[in-house]
Amino acid sequence: MTVSDLKQSAPDSAKPKINWSSIEEADNFAKTVKLFRQGKYDADSFRRFRLQHGAYGTRMTGDYAMVRIKLPAGEVYPHQLEKISQLSEQYSIGSAHLSTRENIQLHWVILEDVSEIFRGLAEVGLTSREACGNSVRNVMCSPLSGVCPDEIFDATPYALATARFFLRNPMAQNLPRKFKFNFTCCEKCGMVRIVDVGLIPQTREINGTTQRGFKIFLGGGLGNKSYIGHQLEEFTPEEDLLYTSIAVMRLFDRLGDRKNLARNRMRYLVNDMGWEKFQNLVFKERAIVRATQSVITQLDVDLSPDEIKRPIRISDESGESAPDGYARWLKTNTIQQKQSEYRSVFITLEAGDITASQLSSLAGIIREFSAEGKARTGFVQNIAIRYVHEDDLPRLYSRLLNVGLAKSGSLTMAAPIGCSGTTSCNLALTNSHRLAKEVQRKFLELKLDEDEDLSDSSIKISGCPNSCGQHGIATIGFFGGGARVGKDMYANYQMSLGGRSDGDSMLGLTCLRVPAKRVIPVILKIIEIFKEHKKPDDTLKTWLHRVVNENEDSEIKSIKDIQKLLEPLVVPPTQEEDPDFYLDYGSDASYHTKTGKGECAA
Amino acid sequence: MCCLTDSGKIITDVDSLRSEIRDKSVRVIDVRREDDYKQDHIPSAVNLPLANLLSDDSPERVAKLVNSLGIDDETSVVVYDDTFGALASRVAWTLEYLGHADVSLLETTYSHWKSLGLENDNQTPEIQAKEHSVNLKPEILATSDYLETAKNRDDVMLIDNRERLNFLEQHIPGAISLPYRTLASNDQILRPKDDMKRLLENRGISGNSEIITYCGSVGTLSGLAYYALKSVDLPNAKLYVRSFKEWKKLEKPTEKQEDASYWDLSAE
Repeated sequence: MTVSDLKQSAPDSAKPKINWSSIEEADNFAKTVKLFRQGKYDADSFRRFRLQHGAYGTRMTGDYAMVRIKLPAGEVYPHQLEKISQLSEQYSIGSAHLSTRENIQLHWVILEDVSEIFRGLAEVGLTSREACGNSVRNVMCSPLSGVCPDEIFDATPYALATARFFLRNPMAQNLPRKFKFNFTCCEKCGMVRIVDVGLIPQTREINGTTQRGFKIFLGGGLGNKSYIGHQLEEFTPEEDLLYTSIAVMRLFDRLGDRKNLARNRMRYLVNDMGWEKFQNLVFKERAIVRATQSVITQLDVDLSPDEIKRPIRISDESGESAPDGYARWLKTNTIQQKQSEYRSVFITLEAGDITASQLSSLAGIIREFSAEGKARTGFVQNIAIRYVHEDDLPRLYSRLLNVGLAKSGSLTMAAPIGCSGTTSCNLALTNSHRLAKEVQRKFLELKLDEDEDLSDSSIKISGCPNSCGQHGIATIGFFGGGARVGKDMYANYQMSLGGRSDGDSMLGLTCLRVPAKRVIPVILKIIEIFKEHKKPDDTLKTWLHRVVNENEDSEIKSIKDIQKLLEPLVVPPTQEEDPDFYLDYGSDASYHTKTGKGECAA
Repeated sequence: MCCLTDSGKIITDVDSLRSEIRDKSVRVIDVRREDDYKQDHIPSAVNLPLANLLSDDSPERVAKLVNSLGIDDETSVVVYDDTFGALASRVAWTLEYLGHADVSLLETTYSHWKSLGLENDNQTPEIQAKEHSVNLKPEILATSDYLETAKNRDDVMLIDNRERLNFLEQHIPGAISLPYRTLASNDQILRPKDDMKRLLENRGISGNSEIITYCGSVGTLSGLAYYALKSVDLPNAKLYVRSFKEWKKLEKPTEKQEDASYWDLSAE
């Protein structure tokens, strides 16, 4: 079925509330690329311009770019997915990549074609503006906001309003470094303590009326050096949300390190200054902002509810039995919403990759099954179809099965994150992307997605120390590097254990270095050790939490005890014994590290 | 409306074709497989499956085929397929190479024709054979030998119309990548002229350069690109009709994008 067929068969009902695009930016970008190629624009200025517009550099070449399409709060509509599908076939590699920050990325785009992508995005109201560079990056919101049974209220309208306020805002065009906002639904879904500004909805009672507000965390972030954020105050009322955001950004703008590229995120500023001092500065700055901002400077929060309308069923197939694998999929890919009779369905991808034809099929499926008529990209390189009526789930599963999107395990440890690694990134040392896919295939083969002891754990893999794969907050995290035996090099990962991003957020503790080709056996061995020593109610996550905090009373007292048991597995064989050991995943050439100039901090 | 160029029209729109069929002033060629053709096709169309043509596309054989389809030098010919115009392009190019001036592509695919609810039938028309002259146009053909020297010239551009991943993995040195998917827009096998012009100009494809297109094996995707170039009045286009398959078989030099595992980004 072609994209145009889909368009004809099902008219859109849900329409985006906000148009993020600006068509002038396409013409301007095309013009600037020409000037750059003619030598009339210097390389550094062009690079800043390119990044500001959401086009990132590509591994070992100046001819290609990666276009990062922003989806504020992760919201995406069927016709937008169809357009992205078409753009990926025309200008990219026929696949798109869902990131950990709710963006959709198109890789290996010819620099001269980037403006054509902007043009296509503008047709559907999307932009990549300020998706890279020293600006306010995509404003994230939990994919469950609005449907999460544990949330106090839906943060989505606030996330959208924040994104709208800062996009193309002069205040946010030349920050010392990138700046990230994450909104979430509840403590469990988390992700608010590892970002510049993280926000969880909460309310309080004042004189019998309920006041909305947020718990705000500042100064967290993952990178070459990661930090956990600090809570600003007990309660930040909603009318202070914008003032607080502006105050924090103004402080960062004024005090942030603009010289030392490796230490210019706000978390370094907070750490160098000390939290209490920074916190006081925020309070003072906020008082000034409050007193000096014009009354028209406010967040435009659209609280009008979305229409929830279960799509009309065209044919009745209720008599049919659900296909094989349905129960496993239902258990590991869907969540009961707070709205009775509705579930949210998470699609399992491999390290966030999805083909152009799957994207367009997905658009049709969203129209057919989601009562809100749109979807949400999530925190872990995935996408969620929400508001699916319980009765429609078997039929939805069949539809997903037909287009290869029905793999189980999306909400479990069997869906590892892998950054793009050596598939496209200049900084990567290893093929973390492929490794994540290999780990996933092994987990699904062993049906580990069904193991409830593992379901709240995570595996996250970065191809270098810079944490795009968010390894620091993984139950089992890895970042890539190179190692050698004599003259022979091999891909090697530093493994950390016990990281988490929920209410008990902490960074994983370094355990040991694991060669790429030993990562899977090492993970399986950790699971074996856990099974041997766990208490009946333990999950891998809770057990490891005790171990890394040295509160465990079995013979595994600390991470060192785990390390000792794993050491025999990571001894390198000789070239003759195992030549495959010296090849990274996805490569048949001997391994060597090679990097270009990064466009991230370090 | 037709796109007029020096050598005549490139594209025939749906309405013009319908009236030409009514006037019996056109020979329509359906290049799909015989089974598909037999089921239904545009009224009055004759069938020339691409595979049949490719089994021997020497000028003598092509002339015979053309004669048997009732086409002489004056016949107006419109070609269509159901493969985004690529197969139709290859057949149209072959006629052009033979020296036939009046050949164009239907603006859309047969599936889309049908989805518009337009007429179709399963009648095979009676054909009276005709005599077509052979007046080859070598200036629209690139051979491997020709390409090998031409590609080093500054005024020659080489365009690879395969998908991006194939290009990254291996391509003819000096080629630029313009995947065939970029050429179409929605239901049209080729973008509107202004759109196409902008796309090509952004890529530096303009002016009087000689432009050679190639694809994976038999010159279909690159045939479509050949017509894309003609649709914006680029006068000097050539098709490397034996394309990358022959180039590799002849063990001529190739290039690749080094030091990146781009295949692992693909979801397939």
